[in-house]
Parts: sequence; structure tokens; C-alpha cells
Amino acid sequence: MKESSSDASSLIRVENLTVAFGAEKVVEDLSFSVRSGQTLAIVGESGSGKSVTSLSILRLADISGAHYLGGRILFESTKGEQDLLALSQQEMRAIRGKEIAMIFQEPMTSLNPVFTIGDQIAEVLQLHEGMARKEALAEGVKLLKMVRLADAESIIGRYPHQLSGGMRQRVMIAMALACRPKLLIADEPTTALDVTIQAQILAILRDLKDSLDMGIIFITHDMGVVAEMADDVVVMRKGHKVEEQPVEAIFTNPQHLYTQTLLSAVPKLGAMNGEDFPKRLPVSVYDEAGAHTEGELRVQNTANYEAAPLVRVEDLVVRFNVKKNFLGRPTHRVHAVEEISLDIYPGETLALVGESGSGKSTIGRTIQQLQESQAGNITFNGKRFADMGRGEKRALRQKIQYIFQDPYASLDPRKTVGFSIAEPIRTHGILHDQELIEKRVSELLDRVGLSASHGRRYPHEFSGGQRQRICIARALASDPELIIADEALSALDVSVQAQIINLFMDLQEERGLSYLFISHDMAVVEQISHRVAVLYLGQIVEFGSRRQVFENPTHSYTQNLLAAVPIADPHQRIMMAINEADIPSPIRAVGNEPARLSHREVAPGHLVANQ
Amino acid sequence: MAESMKKKRSFDLSMELIVGATLLIVILLSALFAHQLFPDGVDKIDLLSRLTPPFAKPEHPLGSDPLGRDVLARVVAGGRISLLIGVTSVIGAVTLGVTIGLIAGFYRGITDMLMMRFVDIQLALPFILLAITFIAILGGSLINTIILLIVSQWVQYARLVRGQVLALRDREFILAARAIGVKDWRIIVQHLLPNLTGPVIVLMTLNVANNILLESSLTFLGMGVDPTIPTWGGMLAEGRSYLQTAWWVSVFPGLAIMLTVLGLNLLGDWMRDQLDPTGKTSL
Repeated sequence: MKESSSDASSLIRVENLTVAFGAEKVVEDLSFSVRSGQTLAIVGESGSGKSVTSLSILRLADISGAHYLGGRILFESTKGEQDLLALSQQEMRAIRGKEIAMIFQEPMTSLNPVFTIGDQIAEVLQLHEGMARKEALAEGVKLLKMVRLADAESIIGRYPHQLSGGMRQRVMIAMALACRPKLLIADEPTTALDVTIQAQILAILRDLKDSLDMGIIFITHDMGVVAEMADDVVVMRKGHKVEEQPVEAIFTNPQHLYTQTLLSAVPKLGAMNGEDFPKRLPVSVYDEAGAHTEGELRVQNTANYEAAPLVRVEDLVVRFNVKKNFLGRPTHRVHAVEEISLDIYPGETLALVGESGSGKSTIGRTIQQLQESQAGNITFNGKRFADMGRGEKRALRQKIQYIFQDPYASLDPRKTVGFSIAEPIRTHGILHDQELIEKRVSELLDRVGLSASHGRRYPHEFSGGQRQRICIARALASDPELIIADEALSALDVSVQAQIINLFMDLQEERGLSYLFISHDMAVVEQISHRVAVLYLGQIVEFGSRRQVFENPTHSYTQNLLAAVPIADPHQRIMMAINEADIPSPIRAVGNEPARLSHREVAPGHLVANQ
Repeated sequence: MAESMKKKRSFDLSMELIVGATLLIVILLSALFAHQLFPDGVDKIDLLSRLTPPFAKPEHPLGSDPLGRDVLARVVAGGRISLLIGVTSVIGAVTLGVTIGLIAGFYRGITDMLMMRFVDIQLALPFILLAITFIAILGGSLINTIILLIVSQWVQYARLVRGQVLALRDREFILAARAIGVKDWRIIVQHLLPNLTGPVIVLMTLNVANNILLESSLTFLGMGVDPTIPTWGGMLAEGRSYLQTAWWVSVFPGLAIMLTVLGLNLLGDWMRDQLDPTGKTSL
């Protein structure tokens, strides 16, 4: 562990780095090193200081107010070894982008929307390499081809909004590599992308590292991506390095308790093979006292398929107009949902999985009446939406609750969480007496693992996991029968995610709740759901019990989706031939209707679209 | 870090509150009791001691104007009309503008289109043209001046608030309120309104000062209040021709306007921070 730090051939050596914002130390006494051709992954949950570390190497952290209290960052630049912390911002500018490049999580906000892709790549080359514009544009085309953008000549003239998320991230990589940097820092570069696109980007990065012989510092929270990419791993927690090991050793023989609990919290695809029902698993929790296990192992056999379905969706069609001609008639539409039919039974968790543009969220929003449908029926407890009056539709919003992806964004920042939790109670007139409402709010807070006094605080005073608990308490307040959870776990750290999954399952056991669980995370879906519908471009390609879909994926899209999920095991790297195609857009010209898929039943209850 | 930020904030907050509120209370009370404070009369003309410089004679501590009237007494008394016009016109304009902005932004569609076209038309109309037409039809009086200022300024608030609402209405917490089934008017009052107070308060404090000065230009054109009633704006305009020889005639009413605006600004900042529990300064 010590040897690598003092390696003389290293490209960059971080020694005893301590970074503070104000009085608070966010990184303390951190040391690691990276060689050329090596990928070092820095893993940690939110607040671990991993991003501050990368921003400190680029000296961007002090621009936003950080102080370096100690340590050195020794970088082997073209001018010989330099301590980056001792350089002026002026001197750093010559290194940034040229010798050390960085790619960020959000490719849309990292590209300037008013300039073409060509302008932005050429700018880097003109600035650092002194190229003429024409020359720079020609080099730009080469770079775009290097990141496997097939149509590079035309992409160079396009604007960022005309590209998909995966293409934008490839453009960002091309820009970062424009000056052949020695070191590339990738800060969660694939977190905002779909799994199949993530697999493409990871493959590109891996190949380029070898061909350009760069060092990569890869910052991520995803253990699957670590297993996929890293040679060596640094695990961080609350600003401290807790462990540093080669990637195999981290997964096979984690030394620190924290690493062990972190790994045990990661849901592993395939871990549920042979199980008929979802399982509530005990979670290990790491805190100052050490690690301990919480909760019981229980088979979640709550779904009641004998009863009539709680919700029945029949031939639902939802389309949005996106382009209009000068007469105001639509010319292009997003075909978000195309004739989808599904049932949700009492006590059941039905998962909708798919990538962006698959229509999974639109289905949830339509059931919640946040979105109008163009055709089809939704039935709740045997009564069709179309036959309901205004009052009945309003009352339905008591019976169906929605949990959003970002708990912070879905709580009013100006209201106490107590107010937010009481809102459904007041809105539907469930309780009128102020004292009874307060009592109910305390009970709800208590139920989701918070205390009654938290009700007087504001959303910004809580952590991400606590906020999602608050949102769950709010959803429970009106005593619903169905909860629609729209990517409700994706913004959370894995250890918190494991706890929230268990909370969902406990509530289902207690109250017989049904969930419509919308997610892109196959491993979580495998653990939590009774049945799964796989969506692609607004249509169901495969639908069946969890076991049928995960153990016998029959449609090629489902197979691809499962193969692209990074597994937290370095021996199981993605070996499939990466599909270079982008996810097609669901936008179509009016009159150009998509073909409707027909389904065949390969096993009882297991529907697969014909190809 | 959160702890220390909070402490710092509560310190700032009390300073802003104390200074701002003290300034405004002193100005308001002295204006209200001007005739008790200066029993000799605010309008008493004393041509013998005209244009006395400040601190020269004990009966005119801040000097006297071209008609020998006491500057201090007139500055104190002038606050009555100026504050009345400045504050009521802004409150009126905010009430009207914010309501319309909220409705237009929240409901979009045809309501929004009609309202905003109307706003655009009014914004395109020069203030003086509007003022002359308005006063020509209704005549000049205190009430009419206030109404004119409200009519000419609510559009700013409507535009501002509509823009804010458009940004807020697609945020998830508004969507979450809808998903719960919260009625529209409650979403508007409970969730939208508290989240757009910051910029509105800033615009309000700026407009109070603006309106005090606008009143004087209306008076100058013969359209505002009775020119014999002292107002800050009016005094400022009167003193302009004596700037070279008797600076005090216009500087002291100007100072009064400045202190009022300062007090309002401090109070406005304090209020904005109070209303925002995150303690983040937006605008």
C-alpha cells in the first residue's frame, strides 16, 4: 500500500493533502499516486471529499473558496516535476486542459449551448497548440472519430442540444483528449447516462487509455464501474482515505470495515437467482461505533394475484407535440407511450425498466393524473378514469401517491418538512384538528426512521437519504393504496439506498401497499419487484415475473440491457460486443407512426415482443 | 460549517433590522408629528431671513429656503406626502402586479397571452404620455397621483413574477403538490408566492425611491399634489435653481430620500433573508 505512493515513475503524487472550506476540513491527509497507463478509481459516497480532491489537482477548488492547509501535489509536467499547489493560477492555466484534462458528470452543462461542437474543440486546440482554425477543425474531426462518433464531419457543425447525452459525453472526452493530456480526471462521467451508453463510454475510455498511455483518475460512487475500469482503488470516507488496494484485492479481500459494508450494500445483478419472490435483506451499517447488521431477512410474498387488479392500464397512448408549423399544427411528436397495457395487483411491486425515452416515467405520471393521455383506459379499483367526476379524480390523488427522483427538489424549500408531510392530510381533509395532525406527522416521521422534532426543520437541513425518508412519510400521510416511485433511489448513496429499499418492503408488508417502481437500475429492480415490464421506445418488449425476466431474458433488448450492467466484480468485466448505436429518438413526424409490437407468451405470464 | 453560517446570518440579520427599522421609525414618527415638533409652522414665510445657511441661526438649524421657510421643518413635514405616495403606490402596484403575474404564469395559455400582450402595450407607452392623459381626464390630486403610479408600475411586477412562476411551476415540489391533489389556489398561495418574494422585495424597495421622485416631476408639470404642500421631491425640484448659491435647500430633502431608501433596503434585505430558510441569497 505504501510502495505505490513512493513510486518514482509516478505521473502524479498527492502527498498528505489537506483541503478545507472555512473551518471544515473536507479532505484530510490524503496520499495516492498514479502512473502513466494506470487507472486509479477514487470511490466514496456523498461528502467523502472525492470531487474536492479532483478539483484540487486542477486547482479549481481554491477558485470556489477552498484552502490548502497542507500537503503537495507533485505532477510530472513537460517542465519537470512541479508542485501544483505552489503554482499561480496563471501557471496552472497552461497545465489545465493541456497536460491534465477533466471530464464532468453532466455533459450538457459542460458544453456551451451557443457554439458548435467544432468551435468548442477548435478553441482548445487554438489556445493550447497554437493551431490555425482550419487545422484545428480537421484535428477535431480526427478526435471525434477517435471517440467513435461515426458521422464526425457533420457533428462538427452541430450544436450541443442536437446531440444525445451519450454523444455529448463523447464530445467532452474528445475535447479533453485534444491536447493528448498525460492525466485525465473523470468525475462521475457516466452517472447521468443510460447503462448501454455507459458501457460504450467505459469501453472508449479504456481503449484510449492504452493507446494514448495516459493516467486516469476515475471518480465514482458506483462499485460496478470501479470493477469495470480500475487498476487500483482508493476508498474515501468523510475526507479520509480508508483503504487503498489493487482492484482485485478490494473486491475479494477488503480490509477496512467501511469498504466491506459498502460492498455488501451494492445490489448485485444475479444475486437473486433461483428466488421466486423479492427478498428483504439485512443491511450492514457503518458508523463511528463500527459495523453492524440491521434488519431481518424476509421473503416478500405480499402480492395478491387472486384479487382484482388495483390498477389496470389498457392500451395507453401518450404523445407530446414538439414541433409545430406556422399554422400551429403539430408536425413532430414524441411518442412517449404507445399502447401499453399492464395490471398492478394489491401488495405487488411492479417495476418498469428501460432507458431514457422509454416512456416509463410518462406511464407513472399519467396514472397520477399529471399527464393527459391520448387514448386508452386507466382503471382504479374497478372504476375507469374516464367515468370519474372531478371530485372522484381528486380523491384518487389520496389513494395514489408519487415519489420523485430528487427528494430535495420535490420538497418546498420554504416550508418545514412537518408542513409538507401534513399537506396531504389537510388537502384531503383526513384530519382537521391541528393537534391530531401534528401527532400524525410525528408518527409518520417516526415510522420512516426520523424523530418528531425533525418536523420543525427545513429540507436543506437534512441529508439526501433523510429527505427521501421525508418524501416517503409524505406519501404515506394520506394512507395510499399505490405508491409510484419514480427513480426514487437513484439519487441516493448505495448504503442509504439499501436502507430505503428495506423501508419500502417493510411498509408493503405492513400495509399491503402496491408499488409502481420506475427505475433504470436493473440490480435494484431484481431485488425489489414481483413483476417486471421492460420498456423500449414507449412499448413493452418483455413482461413477466422477476424470475422469468432476469433468469430467462428472451427479448434481445432485455439481454443487451442486462449485459451492459457493470457488475461489482473485476473478474466479470463486460465482454459483449458493445453496441455502438445510440438509443433511437422517440420523436417522429406526424403520420409516421411506429409499428406496434405483437407479443407471444413464452411461459405463463411471460410476454415477449416478436422481433 | 452550517452552524457557523447560521450564526453569522443571525448577526447580520439583527443589524439590518435594527438600523433599518430605527431609520424608518424616526422618519415616520417625525413626519406624523411635524406640526407638534414645529409649532411655529412649516409654511411660515420669513422673507427677511431668506436663504439662511445651515447652523447660522438657531431658529433655522438647517437653514432656510428662498422664501425664508425653515428647511428642517419642511423636510420633516415633507415626509408625510412623499412616504404616503411612495409606500402606498408600491403596495398597490405589488398587489395588482403579483396577482396578475401569478395567474398568468400558472395558468399559461390564453389568459397568459392576453395579460402579457396588455402588459407589453403598457410598457411601450411612455410614462409622461400616460400621466398627461390620466390627469387630463381625472384631474390632479393625491389619490389620482397614487392611482397613476400604481397603473404605470404594476406591469413591472407582473412581468417579473410571471417569469419566476414559469421557472418554478415545473419544479418538482410544485409537481409534488399537484400529485398530492392540492388545489390550484393553495399551490399559488402556499408554494409559489413564498418562493418568489426575494426579487419582488428588491424591486419594491427600488420603486419607493423612484416614486417619491416621480411625484415631484408630476408636481413640477402641475399634475401632482397641491404645490404648496411640502414634499421631498418638490423641495428637490425647487432647490435646483439655487444649487450654486444655496446647496442646503435641495441637499437636505435629498438626504431624507436617501435615508428612507437605505432604511427600506435594509429592512427589505432582512425580510428576504427571514423568508428564505436556506439563508442563500438569490438576487
